[in-house]
Amino acid sequence: MTSSTRLRSWFEDLEKQTHAARLGMWAFIASEALLFTGLFALYAGYRTTYPQAFGEAAAHTDLVLGSAMTFVLVTSSFAVAVGLGGVRENRPRWTMPSLLTAIVLGFVFLGLKATEYAEHFRHGIFPGHYYRFAELSEPGARIFFTLYYVMTGLHALHVIGGIALLAALAWSTHRGRWTAGYHTPLELGGMYWHFVDVVWLFLWPLFYLLR
Amino acid sequence: MRIAPITIRSYVIAWGALVLLSGATLGLSFLPLGAFHLPVALLIATTKATFVVLIFMHMAEQDGSSRVALAVSVLLLAILVALTAADIATRAISVKPPVSG
Repeated sequence: MTSSTRLRSWFEDLEKQTHAARLGMWAFIASEALLFTGLFALYAGYRTTYPQAFGEAAAHTDLVLGSAMTFVLVTSSFAVAVGLGGVRENRPRWTMPSLLTAIVLGFVFLGLKATEYAEHFRHGIFPGHYYRFAELSEPGARIFFTLYYVMTGLHALHVIGGIALLAALAWSTHRGRWTAGYHTPLELGGMYWHFVDVVWLFLWPLFYLLR
Repeated sequence: MRIAPITIRSYVIAWGALVLLSGATLGLSFLPLGAFHLPVALLIATTKATFVVLIFMHMAEQDGSSRVALAVSVLLLAILVALTAADIATRAISVKPPVSG
């Protein structure tokens, strides 16, 4: 496909089309950020109400797994960035391995998350009404873990969506769709993955480090 | 329009900074910082997010409209959090029964 066929009829040139697409992506990311910020505000509210219980509950999440997930996700974000850089800087051979690395790291992240959930389930740490962890029985701990499941679960859904997106981008890369002059889907898809990374950068301290 | 072209080299530097800052947050979580734990952790997380947005998401080389979109969304999210915080901080006061006279 040439650049001219990628241009929609209602845009004058590809630069304006790319510009509009990028602005649209920022607006979409802002609405996604709003979704997560609502939950962060809820966390702030409950943490203020139950500071003691939140600290004790945070000590029961797995610091090693949580930190490993941070490094995995940050590195996968870096890989996606390098994939785009390869196209932009005339090193197209770098793009495919970078995207595949990011996808593998995305699955590693989900694997670590699943391991952690399984470990919590073994101790009776379930969300909401089903919470039955005797060691921390106060209501604040139950609320902490309910928020933990909702927020990390919603984030994990975004990781799954991001992996699907990266797989689609890898397929387009395989078909040789990108040029130094046209790579908008790769850029915008990458932005989504970076956004998912940013959300985790805040989830990590709030649920693992502030003990 | 390229304002400051971002290269693969910039990505490597940003990644290094993210790993270092993550290590710093992890290390600080073992120190007895007391009430400073939360603000310090959030400050480092915000710094890391800034690196991701500027370098990985290319905000550093984008023009006005993208910057305005980002600035406005950050402002609106800050209002959301600030009003929620104001509600929680004053809840104990507002539920006090009115003085009957």
